[in-house]
Amino acid sequence: MQLTVWTYEGPPHMGAMRIAASMRDVHCVLHAPQGDTYADLLFTMIARNAKRPPVTYTSFQARDLGGDTAGLVQRTLRETVERFRPQALLVGEACTAELIQDQPGALAEGMDLGIPVVPLELPAYTRKENWGAAETFFSLVRALLRGRPLPERGQGAPKANLLGPTALGFRCRDDITEVTKLLGSLGIEVNVVAPAGASPADLLRLPEADFNVCLYPEIAHETCAWLERMFKQPWTRIVPIGVGATVDFLREAAALAGVDPAPALAAAQTRLPWYSRSVDSTYLTGKRVFIFGDATHAIAAARVATEELAFDVVGLGTYSREFTRELRAAAEQYGLEPLITDDYLEVEARVLELAPELVLGTQMERHIAKRAGIPCAVISAPVHVQDFPARYAPQMGFEGANVLFDTWVHPLMMGLEEHLITMFREDIEFHDEAAPSHLGPAATRGGAETRATAPADDAPADVSDEELIWDMDAERELRKIPFFVRGKARRNTERYARESGVATITIETLYDAKAHFGR
Amino acid sequence: MPLLRERGQRQVFCGLAGIVWLHRKIQDAFFLVVGSRTCAHLLQSAAGVMIFAEPRFATAILQDRDLAGMADCNDELDRVVAELLARRPDIGTLFLVGSCPSEVIKLDLDTAAERLSRNQQGRVRILAYSGSGIETTFTQGEDTCLTALVREMPAADAPALLVVGTLPDIVEDQFCRLFDAIGIAPVHFLPPRRASELPPVGAGTRVLAAQPFVGDTVAALAERGATLIEAPYPFGVEGTRAWLGAAAAAFDIPDARVQDVCAAPMARAERGLARYREQLAGKRISFLPDSQLEIPLGRFLARECGMQLVEVAVPYLDRRMLGPELALLPAPERLSEGQDVEAQLDRLRADRPDLTVCGLGLANPLEAEGLTTKWSIELVFSPVHGFDQAPDLAELFARPLNRRARLAF
Repeated sequence: MQLTVWTYEGPPHMGAMRIAASMRDVHCVLHAPQGDTYADLLFTMIARNAKRPPVTYTSFQARDLGGDTAGLVQRTLRETVERFRPQALLVGEACTAELIQDQPGALAEGMDLGIPVVPLELPAYTRKENWGAAETFFSLVRALLRGRPLPERGQGAPKANLLGPTALGFRCRDDITEVTKLLGSLGIEVNVVAPAGASPADLLRLPEADFNVCLYPEIAHETCAWLERMFKQPWTRIVPIGVGATVDFLREAAALAGVDPAPALAAAQTRLPWYSRSVDSTYLTGKRVFIFGDATHAIAAARVATEELAFDVVGLGTYSREFTRELRAAAEQYGLEPLITDDYLEVEARVLELAPELVLGTQMERHIAKRAGIPCAVISAPVHVQDFPARYAPQMGFEGANVLFDTWVHPLMMGLEEHLITMFREDIEFHDEAAPSHLGPAATRGGAETRATAPADDAPADVSDEELIWDMDAERELRKIPFFVRGKARRNTERYARESGVATITIETLYDAKAHFGR
Repeated sequence: MPLLRERGQRQVFCGLAGIVWLHRKIQDAFFLVVGSRTCAHLLQSAAGVMIFAEPRFATAILQDRDLAGMADCNDELDRVVAELLARRPDIGTLFLVGSCPSEVIKLDLDTAAERLSRNQQGRVRILAYSGSGIETTFTQGEDTCLTALVREMPAADAPALLVVGTLPDIVEDQFCRLFDAIGIAPVHFLPPRRASELPPVGAGTRVLAAQPFVGDTVAALAERGATLIEAPYPFGVEGTRAWLGAAAAAFDIPDARVQDVCAAPMARAERGLARYREQLAGKRISFLPDSQLEIPLGRFLARECGMQLVEVAVPYLDRRMLGPELALLPAPERLSEGQDVEAQLDRLRADRPDLTVCGLGLANPLEAEGLTTKWSIELVFSPVHGFDQAPDLAELFARPLNRRARLAF
C-alpha cells in the first residue's frame, strides 16, 4: 500500500477515456463498478466539454457479483454498439473489474460486432493514466493500420501529423493552433492531428504524412516509434516550449521536411526575450526555482527558467517514470539530483528542504506551496478548471513563450515592493507575513513562518542539526532577512557552522556564512 | 403510485464522495480510503479544486503485491496508518473507508480498525465503514459513516432528541434555537462537529432524521434503544413545520406551542418564497437519481412553489424513511427507482422539462442540448433545511432559469 494524499495521475482506464473522448466516432466500454462514472466530470466540468465522453460503463453493484457479470458485459457491449454506432470500439476494465477477471476484451472480440474492436490491457495496480493513454492510442493505431501498404509521398507541400494532444491534456487545444502556425511558417501542412479531433478514418491517413511531430511524448512516443518502423516516418524529438526550444524545433522540422528554416526564423516574433532583458526583470536573476511536472513540461520549463529568465533551478523532478532517462539527463545538465517520484509527500519534503523562491509545478504543488508560503505557477497536468481557460493560452511556440513569461513572473513579489520589504520590516500594511500586494487583499503568506522555521528547515535536516544552537541575537538577525531567502540563509548558516565546527550560532557566524556562500 | 424499476448504467457517485463534506463537518476526523488509484482520483477530482495546506483525507492505494496475500495486506495497512499518524499527530478519529477493491478482495477493515485502535491504546479512535460503489450510492456514504459512529456513542437512557444527518453549522444553530423555544431539551446532533464529542444514546433517545439517506444509522440507533420519530424532512415551510411538530408530539408538547414559536419564521419564509414561486410556478421539473433528496425536494417544489413533477427518480427507495414524504408528494408523471441512464435520457429528451436536476457528468451536455439544468450535488453542499433557508432552496432552482433568461447569447 502507498499512502497517497494527492495523486499525480489517475488510473490507466482514465487514459483510455481521454483517448476516446479526444476522438470522433470511437466509443469505449469500461467494465467498472457503480460510481466510476465520476470520471465523466473531468471532461464535462474541468475541460467544460459540451458532450458526454463516449464511454459506457457496466456499473456493476454488489448484488451483481453473485451473478453473471460477464453477461452484463456482453449486454452492455451489444447495446452500446447499437445505440452509438461507432467506427471502432475500445474495451477495457477499471481497477475493480480487473480483480473479477471477466476478460471483457476477449468477450467483445468473440461477439462479432461488425466493427474493429480494440481490447485494452490496463494493469490498474501497476500503471497509471498517461501510460493508459499511450497504450490505448498505440493499440488503436496499430489495430487500424497493421498490414497497410506504404503510401506514395513527395507530391505537393510537405505534410506532418501532430501526435499526442488529448482531451484533458494541459493546454493541448491552443498548442495545436500554435504548432500548426509554426509549421505553416515553414510551408508544412498538417495532415492529421491525433488523437484530438481525429476519427478512425483519419487515423487511416496517418501514413500519408512525411513525418510526425511528437508533441506530447507521454502520449505519443510509442505510436511515433511504431509508425517509424512500419511506415518509415521520422519524428521530431524537440518539444517547442520556450523560445530556444521553438527555434530548435523549427530547424528540426525544416530538416525533416527538406525546407529552409531561415525565412521562418527571420519572421518569428516573440516578446519574451525583450521583456526578460528589460531592466525591470533584473531582480529575477538567480531566483531559486523548483520544477516538477510531467517530464516534457518539466524539462522544457527548466530550459526556459535558466536560459530565458536567468533563474537558478534548484530542484527538478517528474512523476513520469517512463521518461526517467530524459529527466536525469536534463537534471545532470544543471548539476541537480533528479527527483523521480509519484509520491506527493516526497515532493513536499524536497520543496520544504530546498526552500525555493518559486515553485513551477502541477495543481498538487499548489497545495505544497500554500503550506510552505511559496509563490507558485502551474506548468503541467494534473490541473484544475482554472487551467482550462477561455482565452488563447498555449505553452508552445512563440505565443506560448509570452504566456510563460507572464504566468511565471506574476506570483513573485514585484521589484520595488521586494526592495522596500527588505529595508523596512515593520510596516503595518507591507510586511513579512503579507503576500505580494498585487495579488490583492485575500492573499496571505500564512506559511512563511513554516518555511523560515520548523518544519521547513528542521524536518529533513541532518542529525547533527540538533547539536547546533542559535543564540537569541542571531535568531533575531535571521528574521531581518527577507522571507523569500530566509530559509536558504538558515540552512547555509547551519551548514557553515557544522563545517567549521561552530556549536553556537552567533550574529558573526551568520555573516561569516553569508560571506562564504554569497547570496 | 406506480413505480418504474430500472437497471443498467448508473450515472451516480459512490459513497466515497461523502468524505468531501464529512471532513469539513467533523473537524477532528481524518478519512483514509483503502482502495485503488481510482478512489484517490475521485476524491481529488471532487475536492482538489480547493488548495489544501493540510488535507484531512487520503488514500492507501493497493499495489500489486497487496493483492497477492491477505496477511501482508494487514501489515501494510498498519504501516500506512502509523506513517499517517506520525505525520498528523492532531488526528483524533481516523476512519478507514472501504472501497470496491477492498470489498472485492474481502479485506476486513472492521477487524483492522479494532486491532489498530488497540495498538493506539486510546490515543486515536479508529473506525471503519464502506463507501464503495458496489454497495453505496453518494449520500449513503454518510449513512455508513454515521452507522460506524453509533457503536461509539455513550449510553444514556434519559430522554433526549437526536437529530441525525449532516446539517450546515448555521442551520444546526437555527434548529437549536427553535427546539429550545418549543421546549425540547436536550437536543444532540449526529454527526457532531467534533468526533470526540459524540452524543449519548439509549432508551429515552428520540431520533429525528434531518436527511432521508440515514436509514442504516437510524436502524443502528434503534438497536441501541432509540426510537424514530416519523416525519417529512425539513425542506420548505411545510416540511419544516411538520418536522418540528412531529418532534414536539414525541415529547408530548402541545401543537399550539409549536405554532406560536413557528408563526413568525413561517410568515417570514412565506414572504421570501413568494418571489421565487412567481418564477417557478407551472414550470415542469425532472429529477435524475442522485442523493435520495429527490422526493422531499419534489414535494417542496410542487406543493410550495407550484412546479409540475415530470419524472422523479431515486437511486433506491427506502419506504420506511420516505413514507411520510410519499404521502405528501403530488403524484409525478413517473416515479422511478434505479437507473438505466441512456433509457432515462431518451425519456428526458421526449419530456423536455423546463428544468432537469442531474449530476455534473450530465449537466453541461444537457445544457448543450438546450435543456436547463440544476446540478444536484449543490443541494447537498448548501444550507437548504429549515424555515429561513426555504427561499434560498427555491432560489437554487430559480437561478438556472433566471440565468437562461438573462443571457443574450
